[in-house]
Amino acid sequence: MSIVTLNVNGTTHEVDVDPSTPLLYVLRNDLGLKGPRFGCGLGQCGTCTVLIDGVAMRSCVMRTSQARGEITTLEGLSKNGNLDPLQQAWIDEQVPQCGFCHNGQLLNARALLDRNPDPSDAEIREAMDGTLCRCMTYYRIQAAIKRAARSTMAAAQGSPTESTEAQVKGAAE
Amino acid sequence: MSTTLKLPKAMEDALHRINPSASRRDFLRASGALVVSAGFSAIPGARAIAAVAGTGLYPDPDFLQLDTWIVIHPDNTATFFVGKTDGGQGTGTAFRQMMSDELDIAYDKTSLIMGRTDITPDQGGSGGSDAIERDGLPMRRVAAEARRVLLEMAAEQLGAPVAQLKVKNATVTVSSDPARSVTYAELVGGKRFDVKLAGGNVDATGGMADIKPVDDLQYVGQSLQRYDIPAKVDGSLTWAVDVKLPGMVHARNVRPPVAGAALRGIDESSVADIPGFIRVVSRGNYVAVICEREEQAIRAAQQLKAEWAPPADAPFPASEELFDYIRGATPTSSSDPEIEGDPDAAFAGADRVIEAEYDVPFQGHTAIGPAHALADPSDGQMTIYSNDMKSYGLRNGVAEFLGIPREQVRVIYMDGPQVYGRTAADDAGFEAAFLAHELGRPVRIQWTRDEETAWDTKGPAYSFSLRGGLDARGRVVALEYDARAVDYNHVGYNEADTVLIAQLMGRRPAEPARGNAATPAVMYAIPNRRTNSQVVALPMVWETPLRTGNLRDPNGPQVTFAYESFIDELATAARADPVQFRLDLLAGSNEDDVFRRARSIAVVRAAAKAYNWDERPSPRSRDANRRQTSGQSGAGPEESPILTGRGISYTFRSRTIAAAIAEVEVNRQTGHVWVKRLVCAHDCGLVINPEGLQRTIECGMLHALSRALWEEVQFDREKVTSVDWLSHPSLRHSDTPETIDVVLVNGDPDPDRSDLAPYGAGEASHKPLIAAVANAIHDATGVRLRRPPFRKERVLAALRAAEV
Repeated sequence: MSIVTLNVNGTTHEVDVDPSTPLLYVLRNDLGLKGPRFGCGLGQCGTCTVLIDGVAMRSCVMRTSQARGEITTLEGLSKNGNLDPLQQAWIDEQVPQCGFCHNGQLLNARALLDRNPDPSDAEIREAMDGTLCRCMTYYRIQAAIKRAARSTMAAAQGSPTESTEAQVKGAAE
Repeated sequence: MSTTLKLPKAMEDALHRINPSASRRDFLRASGALVVSAGFSAIPGARAIAAVAGTGLYPDPDFLQLDTWIVIHPDNTATFFVGKTDGGQGTGTAFRQMMSDELDIAYDKTSLIMGRTDITPDQGGSGGSDAIERDGLPMRRVAAEARRVLLEMAAEQLGAPVAQLKVKNATVTVSSDPARSVTYAELVGGKRFDVKLAGGNVDATGGMADIKPVDDLQYVGQSLQRYDIPAKVDGSLTWAVDVKLPGMVHARNVRPPVAGAALRGIDESSVADIPGFIRVVSRGNYVAVICEREEQAIRAAQQLKAEWAPPADAPFPASEELFDYIRGATPTSSSDPEIEGDPDAAFAGADRVIEAEYDVPFQGHTAIGPAHALADPSDGQMTIYSNDMKSYGLRNGVAEFLGIPREQVRVIYMDGPQVYGRTAADDAGFEAAFLAHELGRPVRIQWTRDEETAWDTKGPAYSFSLRGGLDARGRVVALEYDARAVDYNHVGYNEADTVLIAQLMGRRPAEPARGNAATPAVMYAIPNRRTNSQVVALPMVWETPLRTGNLRDPNGPQVTFAYESFIDELATAARADPVQFRLDLLAGSNEDDVFRRARSIAVVRAAAKAYNWDERPSPRSRDANRRQTSGQSGAGPEESPILTGRGISYTFRSRTIAAAIAEVEVNRQTGHVWVKRLVCAHDCGLVINPEGLQRTIECGMLHALSRALWEEVQFDREKVTSVDWLSHPSLRHSDTPETIDVVLVNGDPDPDRSDLAPYGAGEASHKPLIAAVANAIHDATGVRLRRPPFRKERVLAALRAAEV
């Protein structure tokens, strides 16, 4: 055991752990965070994703001692009490089914929009491809990423954002 | 340093509010909502109350007491208590919509608690797409009865007959004198209804009031946003994986390295040096390690030296040998053939006879989060925090498994990774309870990825043989269906003697469950039919990772794949358009069930219309395909490797009808299949929440698309070799269709009737999809694929063999 310093969601923590412990377990069990969750422990599914200095990383295969930089978890995505545009788009599009993987979906989408604010459909598919969802909400995730990109660009240009009302395509016949 | 997380805030708030005082506690004891404010700390006090009551800690909530279902709070809000769970399909929101409508209270003044065995009535949890269709009815009747009782109370208080009262937003007003009014809270807030309900079982529960006609429903039919989504996207939700208790420790299982291996010995010294190591627990072939911290338990499970003796005989054939094995096996059971007309004579007189065989491999749940549970054995009780979709079954099963009174056991249902039948056999809940019982401390267990993928319950594998006879005009005059399912010893209901830990301990029933080989759900007019179904067993029946259980409509996707592929093959043989061929078969049906036939025709037509279906036989001509794809890509006619096609499949699940159309692009150079567009027409009667329904239909289709394109459990002759997301691929973002259209159909012969009922929707769209994809691939390429998944290697081999 040794003292490791972690910067998480704007707060500095010192934890006394075996430094080889995967970051996921320290975030969950020592810091009490609920956003990153165990999915595979192999870095294959993305459920445990955190942002480290804005880069999406898989906390299940990262040693705690390697986690240098500012760590952002799902809990830290909203700023000053305002949801991230992606979180709002997720609600507007009614994206999740069970929602268990959506920590990874949201944080990988955040990392994508940070480096490419207006991704094409193909760029979204490529960037998100390694983040798995077993309820298969992919179609709505992709729609929500596009919605968030549009609303962010509209806000930057000072134009009104589009209606947040979810659209219902399936009108009864 | 450690943290302790408690129940979700909304749940805590609701529970706190319904138990503010001692007198209230008496009420709660009577209503079955005892010790709800106890959280994790007040168990001893609760126990004292229970001892006074003489009913044990956690008596069954009485579904015949109105107070069990609905509590009106002093602030004129209400909490509903229902015995269901929500796997993320939005049923919780739908329950609130239905009950708010019947109670006449604003939706946003209500909250809902689900699946907690100590405070919600036992409606069995989830399964079978029954949430809205079956279990919503007693909820509606009970809420209507509460409204009736409140109106009677108001009549007395206001001095006016019920007929002169109106009610809105939980406030009763005298129609002729709006100044005279009283709120629900003023009538019963914080107090008991003390009203007895009627009904021989929970499904029949109701009172004297009728439910409202469809036209009077305000929230039903509205796309209200799901209440559970915000906390799922902002990170504030406490999931079952998140609960932490003081003194809690962590466990991991150690599975036999090969199926059927017997434990010969454990070298505990191999893990004794791991910091935080507490114990190895083993009984029979069940082994687990327990440590103070989670990462310590993971390391101990990997490091533990154990000696295992492999079984004398192979437990199963390898996955590539499976279908030969199925066809050659002696069935464990055979159903009596269902015969209509004279199939032998009809085949003898047929102009043409078409035959085909289909195979479907084992497909698993492979939940995104492996099985998990936390069990708390403090003070002689057992509380299990779980995402078990059938939490009541877990409670009963654990009590039986541990040999303790069921009144000492409760299950607190919380959100978790997708269910779809997996948590109906909640192995981790039993394991956590067993280990906590052994250790006397709260134990949290979670399976590893390879354990979950290899050892979860599987959808049964199938082999099918179909034979059809056409007359000279291309009409189907005879059809023979033979199905064989590997489904012997099907598990799925939290039985104390069939969950994995019980099997490994050697505890088992006298006879395995017989299992089931299903027959198709069709309305087609085929005058001469023979339907056979048989169950076969693998050599190893117990302690096997190839355990079959319920996977989202447990047999429907397999059976519908074979049957609706074969109908397409018959349409091709008859040179008929696949949609028109099905409509002709439906129109000529002599089934008595006009209701289902009319809705089937409406749904197939709606799907074709939404897709803009071009009427022609399949497969598409190669020239047409080349013209279109070269036009799209701008490449020359010989250069484009992409072949496009579309396929339809239709079925029903219980009373819900679904037709799916898939449009595919097949790359004939690589074999890669992309389903570019999906259409689903869907009739589930009265729609409670259109948007929520649409999402569930979409995801049901995409889940089946994953089964069509990717999923197969592979194994050699001693173990499952599908152990992670590389060896067991799943649908990914890059596979997502460009467009998905959902058409909600009301094909009821009397669509505006006031008693239009809602039918289930959790599985119907999942059922036809694999066949729609196979039919579309055939339309595009002329090649018929009769065994999913349609991974590119299999597709390319089939294309090469057919020289496409």
